Amino acid sequence: MSTTAENKAGFGSVLWDYLTTVDHKKIAILYLIGGLFFFILGGLQAMLIRIQLIAPDNEFISAQFYNEVLTMHGTTMIFLAAMPLIFALMNAVLPLQIGARDVAFPFINSLGFWLFFFGGIFLNVSWFAGGAPDVGWTAYAPLSLFSESHGVDYYAIGLQIAGFGTLMGGINFIVTVVNMRAPGMTYMRMPLFTWTSFIASVLILFAFPALTVGLFLLTFDRLFGGNFFDPEMGGNVIIWEHLFWIFGHPEVYILILPAFGVFSEIIPTFSKKRLFGYSSMVFATILIAFLGFMVWAHHMFTVGLGPIANSIFAVATMAIAVPTGIKIFNWLFTMWGGNIRLTSPMVIALGFVPTFTIGGMTGVMLASAAADFQYHDTYFVVAHFHYVIVGGTVLGIFAGIIYWWPKMFGTMLNEKLNHWFFWLFFIGFHLTFFFQHFLGLMGMPRRYWKFLPDQGLDLFNLISTIGAFGMAIGTIIFLVNVVMTQMKGEKVSGDPWDARTLEWAIPSPPPFYNFKQEPLVRGLDALWVEKMQGNGKIQPAEPLGDIHMPNRTFVPFVISLGLFIAGFGVMYQGAMWILAGIGFATTFGAMLYRSLKDDIGYHVHKEELEEEGDGSNG
Amino acid sequence: MAEDVLKSGNLPENPERATLEGRNKFMGFWFFLGGEVVLFASLFGTYLALRNSTVDGPTGQEIFGLGLVFLMTVILLTSSLTSVYAMYHMKNNDFKKMQLWLGITVLLGFAFLGLEIYEFVHYVNDYGFGFSTSAFSTAFYTLVGFHGAHVAFGLLWIISLMIRNRKRGLNLYNAPKFYIASLYWHFIDVVWVFIFTVVYLMGKVG
Repeated sequence: MSTTAENKAGFGSVLWDYLTTVDHKKIAILYLIGGLFFFILGGLQAMLIRIQLIAPDNEFISAQFYNEVLTMHGTTMIFLAAMPLIFALMNAVLPLQIGARDVAFPFINSLGFWLFFFGGIFLNVSWFAGGAPDVGWTAYAPLSLFSESHGVDYYAIGLQIAGFGTLMGGINFIVTVVNMRAPGMTYMRMPLFTWTSFIASVLILFAFPALTVGLFLLTFDRLFGGNFFDPEMGGNVIIWEHLFWIFGHPEVYILILPAFGVFSEIIPTFSKKRLFGYSSMVFATILIAFLGFMVWAHHMFTVGLGPIANSIFAVATMAIAVPTGIKIFNWLFTMWGGNIRLTSPMVIALGFVPTFTIGGMTGVMLASAAADFQYHDTYFVVAHFHYVIVGGTVLGIFAGIIYWWPKMFGTMLNEKLNHWFFWLFFIGFHLTFFFQHFLGLMGMPRRYWKFLPDQGLDLFNLISTIGAFGMAIGTIIFLVNVVMTQMKGEKVSGDPWDARTLEWAIPSPPPFYNFKQEPLVRGLDALWVEKMQGNGKIQPAEPLGDIHMPNRTFVPFVISLGLFIAGFGVMYQGAMWILAGIGFATTFGAMLYRSLKDDIGYHVHKEELEEEGDGSNG
Repeated sequence: MAEDVLKSGNLPENPERATLEGRNKFMGFWFFLGGEVVLFASLFGTYLALRNSTVDGPTGQEIFGLGLVFLMTVILLTSSLTSVYAMYHMKNNDFKKMQLWLGITVLLGFAFLGLEIYEFVHYVNDYGFGFSTSAFSTAFYTLVGFHGAHVAFGLLWIISLMIRNRKRGLNLYNAPKFYIASLYWHFIDVVWVFIFTVVYLMGKVG
């Protein structure tokens, strides 16, 4: 399964390999490619928005197209870029960090990816089928009911399909962490990235069903004559807002917690110190997740829930600053007195800490319900959530990609270009969004197609657009770096960063069975413990034996394709119902096939493992 | 090794959790049910918000008949009991009796589903209470219909498991499959208890 063998294989066989793979490391690569594709798409949409707003009264794009681009930018970045990129890191790293040979449900893992993929494609088909959704990524009713094109239907059904995939991915990682840890890998020895991914998966499990229901209600109202959100028929538009934010607020913690985990790996590695306050980091993570479910109505302060409800949600929201502050201080104390190496992941981490702190601070400002009436739906909010999502999640994702790139591909991204990427992206980011705080405070509403001249908004909007170009150039440099690195194909060792956790104890990229022998974990930062107290190698917990592996399968692709086809039938109805019939028959047929056909996997025999020689646990 | 899981006979005490795959399925399914709880909680919340929004359509008090619903409740709860018997026989490694009790469970499930369809047809034809009549009607059919769809899915699931394994008996590979299907069935019952209380009792009396 080495990459040299794949290079010799033809394109067709590589494609088939990836279409049918159940290997979490290959699924990670699929998520990475899918996520980066949609990240570029969402980024192009962002550029259109910023070019439109470069000057007052600009006519660069039409109002309708602006609405579509704006909606798709938000939807794409959250659901189709950030989520899959996080899943890419989780798939690539989490099983290795706990010393597992595989995830708990390899089949469902693959199904999760293909559902995301087809959901994302479905959503984007809307561009070519009469217009993309144009009601904002939050799709508030009743606006979403009166949008005339099929855009909102594409939104509802596309996100429904992708959401199923996310839910399955979440369950898979929960069970993987609970059941598949190597001997000695107790909960309180798990690396923090594993912990935060685990907690984020729990959030996925309990948050996504609320979105599922919300999207069903929206679909029923728009396509099947339902009355959930139609006040004339007794419906209530606030139900959508509640369901959307009961999902939507935990979603932001789903996005940020794994990024916290990434930085909690990077900072100790490049400070040559163990993470300061490990157990407080774990409990802060759990506390953030718990509070994350209690605060959804802070998105709805201006709805009119009344002063009591607003106060409770305001206080709960402010409380989240406490565990988050614990994390910020722990990162700082980890660096304190450490032997710091300024590699690119570490520099990104150094950029992240103050940036995210600013985003957290504006978060507390927004949490004040009385003041929120002033900030609501202005660029202040836009600036706030870009500070936490770009300054937190996106920086975390890129730091993680750079940090684990050698583990995923066996090559090393060019450090010089990494630094160029970071500084252009980082300075561009602050130029873009720092000034939006003031635009918001001056009263510029978000989501507007135009602003008028001579209202003091011109200069900051111009700066903001210039900054966006900086981010774009940075991203291009990153992509160039990826292409150049893979063309060169220079191999690195299994542990190029001199790191601390278990994934660095095996070759890069790891063999398809990960660990030849189950590793024995003797402490937190398992590899570092062996480097300091042992011979630098992880001890095996079992004698060499047969390894059980799952069979590859094409069924997840077929199940997802069926739902993709069925979506069109449900939407267009009439004669197109036939598509729904075909699609659902395909999906349920494939599920039935999966259920009835025995699939017990196969064994890699001891003799084959011996022939491959040493090096898997070396 | 791998093929051993397909041999029937001489099974350990808890065959559904004897293999790592079985344990993963067992735990994963419990978590899935946790997600399902949120799904139904969202639907219940929506229903509670809209249950008095009848506009010009009939109210719950006018149309609900507790007799029929009580019968449905008895049938579905009994089917939960029979699926417990089935799992009891699974743990005793008695495949024939397990199949028998699963068969009874399926029959009761079909009886429930038939009565539910009758109930819906009755509402539409005799009261003009359709999906689009009012916000209340939409919320009612969505909540109860989601549950009904879960029952239908569970029936197809259990039937296909019974047919697939009818000749080869119980083994470590299919025991977890039977077990989680029965977990799913219990979950459907629990949801129905809440529907009976929140929709029908509160609709009639509350």
